[in-house]
Amino acid sequence: MIYLGIDTSNSPLSIALAKDDTIIIEETSNLKINHSLTAMPAIEEMMRKAKVTPAQLTHIAVAQGPGSYTGVRIGLTIAKTLAWSLKIPLHPVSSLKVLAANGQYFDGIICPLMDARRGTAFIGAYNGKDLEPVIADQHSEVKEFLTQLKELGQPVLFVGIDVEIHGEVIREVMEDLAFFADPQHRLPRASNLIMLAQQSDEQDVHHAVPDYRRITEAEANYIKVQGGEG
Amino acid sequence: MNEDIYILGIETSCDETAASIVKNGTEIISNIVASQIESHKRFGGVVPEIASRHHVEQITLVIEEALEKADLIPAQLSAVAVTEGPGLVGALLIGVNAAKAFAFAHQLPILGVHHIAGHIYANRLEQEMEFPLLALVISGGHTELIYMKEHGHFEVIGETRDDAAGEAYDKVARTLNLPYPGGPHIDRLAHESSNPVDFPRVWLEEGTYDFSFSGLKSSVLNYMHNAAQRGESVAPEDVAAGFQNSVVEVVTSKTLRAADQYNVRQVIAAGGVAANKGLRASLEKEFAAKGIPFFIPPLSLCTDNAAMIAAAGTVMFEKGIRGNMAMNGRPGMEMDSWV
Ligand SMILES: [Zn+2]
Repeated sequence: MIYLGIDTSNSPLSIALAKDDTIIIEETSNLKINHSLTAMPAIEEMMRKAKVTPAQLTHIAVAQGPGSYTGVRIGLTIAKTLAWSLKIPLHPVSSLKVLAANGQYFDGIICPLMDARRGTAFIGAYNGKDLEPVIADQHSEVKEFLTQLKELGQPVLFVGIDVEIHGEVIREVMEDLAFFADPQHRLPRASNLIMLAQQSDEQDVHHAVPDYRRITEAEANYIKVQGGEG
Repeated sequence: MNEDIYILGIETSCDETAASIVKNGTEIISNIVASQIESHKRFGGVVPEIASRHHVEQITLVIEEALEKADLIPAQLSAVAVTEGPGLVGALLIGVNAAKAFAFAHQLPILGVHHIAGHIYANRLEQEMEFPLLALVISGGHTELIYMKEHGHFEVIGETRDDAAGEAYDKVARTLNLPYPGGPHIDRLAHESSNPVDFPRVWLEEGTYDFSFSGLKSSVLNYMHNAAQRGESVAPEDVAAGFQNSVVEVVTSKTLRAADQYNVRQVIAAGGVAANKGLRASLEKEFAAKGIPFFIPPLSLCTDNAAMIAAAGTVMFEKGIRGNMAMNGRPGMEMDSWV
């Protein structure tokens, strides 16, 4: 079995190949380069290095969101098309859970987040021991979400490249319950994605869609107007 | 021995998710279009983020259907052609990345096609092109006159300096409270008028083949505004006809003059607005009088589709052009020649 893992859900790019239980190659970069341009060349180059042909792939794992709308769509489009073209299973995994896996075995709760501007983030909470969700992935005001987290009364490890953007409010709300992942544990890793995919169900390729956790602005405005009139 | 060329075309530059297989650049084997119009209607226009969301939902479905309808397997394809630009960036990159992944999975060459080249080559699915040729590409996003000496040679001799013709149609339709997309409604209303409003013709400076529609659009808005202030009611059909007459006269006249000056053997029209009955009738009449062969593809090939992308891609393929995995969606892509 050969898994290809693709995470383009935020500005970092992480891709990996695993043969059965062994990670054979993993490449992660944090260059803020357009994924549309770089993801496929990176996959092509990595597979050439690993001497794996597309036809040898048996599973595709992809970070499904939430995160950057465009980023998530690029990863999912590539993953869907590869899985469908090669007639192999597709395993979408929460991109926040992929980040949370960086902190596995932390004694407490892991809180992965990706900044979504204006004091909001795509954010979730996972149990450090088994990575089971404690609070569902969502798009929320960071402060509100933290208040909820604080009530659980457990130490929380914050992961993701955007944690410092919200560092001040995290320290303020969580006080001594807040822990921050070191820089090397803040980037998503496609090896984690593959390991999570191996424990997850495959999804029908045609119906696999990004998990945005947020409706579009146009729809939100439309609903507001309709509600106002009705 | 010449082997048949089968190209898979993919188009996602705006609000249609489309895939098609074309044989030898001239014969449609399958042509699948998943339109999003219904989804954008309530917003009165295309919402880019929603377009991108639909594309990612539809993309593998339309490609699969194109292959199934064609009864072909990927190994029988010669290459994958995809709209590289121009268009909505978030929409383009769904098609581009799907095309790259498909090409990579099957180790096929990939070709990045200019959307306007696609519109022009839609015509080749109906009859062979004769050069030198003049193409009028007129749609929601474009109003361009393109001169072609031969296959793959494009010289933009005129283009809009502000709104595309289709954009002006949509905006005028909105002020007349017509549903989106407004073009067909204006076209229909215009035919009901017996007393068209006299709106100005915008010719720009002498000799230019460029267009401008924003001034005309403003004239229409002013006319509506003034009438409303005076408490007068306007006949929407007279406004529609007056607006359409102005567009049709300017577009027809410039296209005729260009055809004359460049001494072309064929004139083709393409793009969604080319399906407009008023414009079509005017162009057909004038070119028939001049004795210059003039063609417009059927509506399904005028509006965005992937067969046109495959048709253009076939010529690129024959000319030895190849893209690579670093291809990206290019929203402002220039129209470069392939020769
Ligand atoms: Zn078009």
